[in-house]
Amino acid sequence: MGEFLLVTIQVDMHDQLALTLQDDLAERIRKTSARGVLIDISALEIVDSFIGRMISTISGLSTIMDARTVLVGMQPAVAITLVELGLTLPGVATALNVERGMALLRDRVRET
Amino acid sequence: MNVRESGTQPVILEQDVVVARQTVRKLALQCRMSLVNQTKLITAASELARNAVIYGGGGDMDWEFLEDGARNGLRLVFRDTGPGIPDMKQAMTDGWTSGNGLGLGLSGARRLVDAFDIDSGPGRGTRITITKWA
Repeated sequence: MGEFLLVTIQVDMHDQLALTLQDDLAERIRKTSARGVLIDISALEIVDSFIGRMISTISGLSTIMDARTVLVGMQPAVAITLVELGLTLPGVATALNVERGMALLRDRVRET
Repeated sequence: MNVRESGTQPVILEQDVVVARQTVRKLALQCRMSLVNQTKLITAASELARNAVIYGGGGDMDWEFLEDGARNGLRLVFRDTGPGIPDMKQAMTDGWTSGNGLGLGLSGARRLVDAFDIDSGPGRGTRITITKWA
């Protein structure tokens, strides 16, 4: 995906796996000098506080590694649940789907 | 209100949290719960199962399939024999955590279900009961 990394989460992850993904992604950003990360969660049926925190952490760490993160594909039921849970993912850029996420990433990277 | 079916499963390891989520999803489907309610209940169960593993040192999840007139529902009980919660008011506050979480588990789970009951104290473990109607 050129200068962007695409992460598609397709399984119900246990917590350790989520942490591994976080670490692997940081390493990948360094290795590939990626300018952007697109996280596609369209296959995820739930996002709880743990996964929410992982998403926030990835977004934060990519920023300090000179990359931008955009979260895409959140299902409406997941969004409703997250807000009620009290998790609004501050600072995390989101887009409705991969296409719009890519466009947002391009804009963000151009700004920097 | 009748209990039509019930069961129990351990929540001891991290992987058990995933299994608990899968069980709740299956039961919620049987209950013909709407997608939003399913998602809310599974998310609440995930938070409480993780708490039982991390803070309670592991425990069990009991489930009951409820019938009340024309409506169906699910009742879940998460119980552990861990250290218990010394200050309930504090534990139920958004953003407060005794570990390194976000502090949304208990207070958030309560908002996601129709009924929430917690019984805990120092030395007697924690027992949390949640109910969601379809």
